Amino acid sequence: MNDLLHLVDWSRAQFALTAMYHWLFVPLTIGLSLIVAIMETIYYRTGDTAWKGITKFWMTLFGINFACGVATGLILEFEFGTNWSNYSWFVGDIFGAPLAIEGLFAFFMEATFVAVMFFGWNKVSRGFHLASTWLTVLGVTLSALWILVANAWMQSPVGMEFNPAEMRNVMTDFWAVALSPVAINKFFHTVFSAWTLAGVFVIGVSSWLLLKKRNEGAAVESVKVGSIVGLAGILLTLFTGHGSAVEVARVQPMKLAAMEGLYRGSVGQDLVGVGVLRPDGPVDEDGLAFSVDIPHGLSYLIYGKPDRFVPGIYDLIDGREITTDGDTVFTESYADKIAMGLKAQKALADYNAAAKANDEAAMATAAAEVKANFANFGYGYLPSPEAAIPPVGMSFYAFRIMVMAGGFLLLLFAVMTWWSFRRRQLLSNKIVCWIGMLSVVIVWVCSQAGWIVAEVGRQPWVIQNLMPTTAAISGIQSGSVELTFWIFAILFTCLLIAEISIMLRYISSASKKNIEQTV
Amino acid sequence: MDTLAFLQAYWWLLISVLGALLVFLLFVQGGQSMIRCGVDEQQRQLMVNSLGRKWEFTYTTLVVFGGAFFAAFPLFYSTSFGGAYWLWMLILLSFVLQAVSYEFRRKRGNIYGTGTYDAFLMLNGFVGCVLLGVAVSCFFIGGQFTVVKTNILDHAAPVISNWAPSHGLEAIANPFNMILGLAVFFLARTLACLYFINNIDDPELSTRMHRRTLMNGLVFALFFVAYVVIIMMADGYRMVDGKIEQVSNIYFHNLVDMWWFGVLFLIGVVMVLFAIFKTAFYRGWRCGIWWGGIGTVVVVICLFGIAGYNGTAYLPSQIDAASSLTIANSSSSLFTLKVMAWVSLVIPFVLAYIWYVWAKMNSTPLSEQELEKESHTY
Repeated sequence: MNDLLHLVDWSRAQFALTAMYHWLFVPLTIGLSLIVAIMETIYYRTGDTAWKGITKFWMTLFGINFACGVATGLILEFEFGTNWSNYSWFVGDIFGAPLAIEGLFAFFMEATFVAVMFFGWNKVSRGFHLASTWLTVLGVTLSALWILVANAWMQSPVGMEFNPAEMRNVMTDFWAVALSPVAINKFFHTVFSAWTLAGVFVIGVSSWLLLKKRNEGAAVESVKVGSIVGLAGILLTLFTGHGSAVEVARVQPMKLAAMEGLYRGSVGQDLVGVGVLRPDGPVDEDGLAFSVDIPHGLSYLIYGKPDRFVPGIYDLIDGREITTDGDTVFTESYADKIAMGLKAQKALADYNAAAKANDEAAMATAAAEVKANFANFGYGYLPSPEAAIPPVGMSFYAFRIMVMAGGFLLLLFAVMTWWSFRRRQLLSNKIVCWIGMLSVVIVWVCSQAGWIVAEVGRQPWVIQNLMPTTAAISGIQSGSVELTFWIFAILFTCLLIAEISIMLRYISSASKKNIEQTV
Repeated sequence: MDTLAFLQAYWWLLISVLGALLVFLLFVQGGQSMIRCGVDEQQRQLMVNSLGRKWEFTYTTLVVFGGAFFAAFPLFYSTSFGGAYWLWMLILLSFVLQAVSYEFRRKRGNIYGTGTYDAFLMLNGFVGCVLLGVAVSCFFIGGQFTVVKTNILDHAAPVISNWAPSHGLEAIANPFNMILGLAVFFLARTLACLYFINNIDDPELSTRMHRRTLMNGLVFALFFVAYVVIIMMADGYRMVDGKIEQVSNIYFHNLVDMWWFGVLFLIGVVMVLFAIFKTAFYRGWRCGIWWGGIGTVVVVICLFGIAGYNGTAYLPSQIDAASSLTIANSSSSLFTLKVMAWVSLVIPFVLAYIWYVWAKMNSTPLSEQELEKESHTY
């Protein structure tokens, strides 16, 4: 069993490593493609070659980043098979479809039109080139859509049923999978956050140009586009973030409780604005050593009513709820869910035995028992109710970092948008330039923190309530995964260093020429 | 044939087409393996930039090939990828190195130097081709694995697909697999020569590539014939009335039973040989890539066909015949196959826009003059 847990830990570490590196590059690809497309559209409409130069400058940075995103993405897709082979069988019937659709609809579109973007300036008409740039935007966005549909399905498995004869889940409703509220929210939240990130990137690089007093005209024009895209991005990210939180409360209440460090919930639950968790865990069912709260904020945020009950970690484990009438009721506790999960697993074993004996009546009875308890199938793997608690500290702090950074970015974009159009001389202020540049670090931290909330917060589940990570694993030695983890860690780090170095060198050398005349 | 069986066959055909296109597109890897072999800097630039405009298609086809396998035959995805761990990891690592090398190799500030990125490209050129060939060979030679679905109820050891402890290294060490790996490698180099002749306007390089076409083509033919002989003599497994049975010379019988594959196979082989020999002996001929490419696609589709159709186990287990994978026992459900069949209708449109775009982009061969004018080069 220890070997298994060791293997699970290294497999999770490897997947997290790959996903986090992938997510360093991908949001910039998504957001910067849009910004480049807008810039090229301005060039197309005005015929002003200065905009062509600006477009090409940002397009080169897009290209440098694009390669790393592609590289890490390949590993990510295949790791579902190499490291999570049980998962691949258990839900491959549902999960494989979005990945294949992503490849067919999005990757070929990206691969084809990104080549026109880079090499087509002198080979195709201006209109065809512009269309190719926008089709690249469409391609990368569609790619995000399908991979996020797949991810959302893991968080909220819908549109499927369990087939005991095949010992796996099968899809029954494609549109329920593709259009689940969790998927829709996740897609928009993620893509808008990518616009935000790219907006900050453009502001950050432009701030450096302004600080160095190089290509100031191009820098200010870039800040205009970057800040408008970023402002739209952050506002929409906040809006969809709210939608995501509502969905989390509905389908993953334990994740919400962990995000809030909430062990015992109450009617009219406060929202933690700023807080510090007790390092040794909760005392008297209170996990917070210090907090500044927004009264009734969490109840209002989730349910739109300030007097609703929000369950904490212990409430969920106990199955405790407080109704709108104020009555305390007990529904399914996690101990009950574990019992039901075990019952489903036992029934599945019975089904197999009956199938071998060709006893159709026993098969039907066992299948009915599996179906009745399948919603809690995964709980049967948990050794105790407490095993269903995700890492509270990571979820809590990552959520706060994300929200606070998001608030800062909203302010940044509002100010930058105003100044770039009305007070452009302020953009050259040294402090403003440094804030612009340092914001690049903040936005990446914010973006990574968002994924930590989403993925760490759903532990121990690889498929919510149906399959924990311990049951999803491949049959390989943990030492093998440990070795590949370090190979990837070194390789991805080397690539990241090279990418940053190339970008910095390019920005530096390009800034010494007139970007607006580099056509 | 019921609907499920039809859709399983349909999706195996699509997998075959994707696999065949992937093998054809490995000309990019074949070309990469030659960028430091007896060419000057200017020729290397032309070769790399010519390949660099196509590398993403190979890459994307590999990703879609994996995704399609996941969607249509998830038990293969689970068994092969999770089992032959090292084989797939080495393939993936080589492709990761490729993905950044084109973009980074000549950029200032790339830290590791152009030579390092060129070495990555060459490594991917060799390892990618050989190991993908080894992976494809497993469709005939098989692997050392078992599939026990009830394992998922064992909390201490829940894995349903278990492979030999060497996890794919034994597949690489298998000489039969390696023969196909080397055949794929030399085929990729041959196709790369044909591609360079078609895509680059440089008489000296073209002359060199005409010569290399023959050398690489002959070595490819040697390995390929050896492999065909091996699989025609090989035993395999077939699903009969829900049970796996061993069948002698199964792939030869499949070629006879499904004679259309036999005919297409011969046509494909003739097209590839025609491309090799005509290119070798007619220096002005530039169309070899089309003949060789189409021939390759046809041959690989036929190989996939005899590996998977007629109830044949396309991933035979060397240690437990009953665990062998067929398109019937490893596929997705009827519903998912139907959904994916609707999705597959987009494929002609995808191929059409790729064709249209590259017809515009490749209207003239790449020349030194064009590279000088180009703002984005590799």
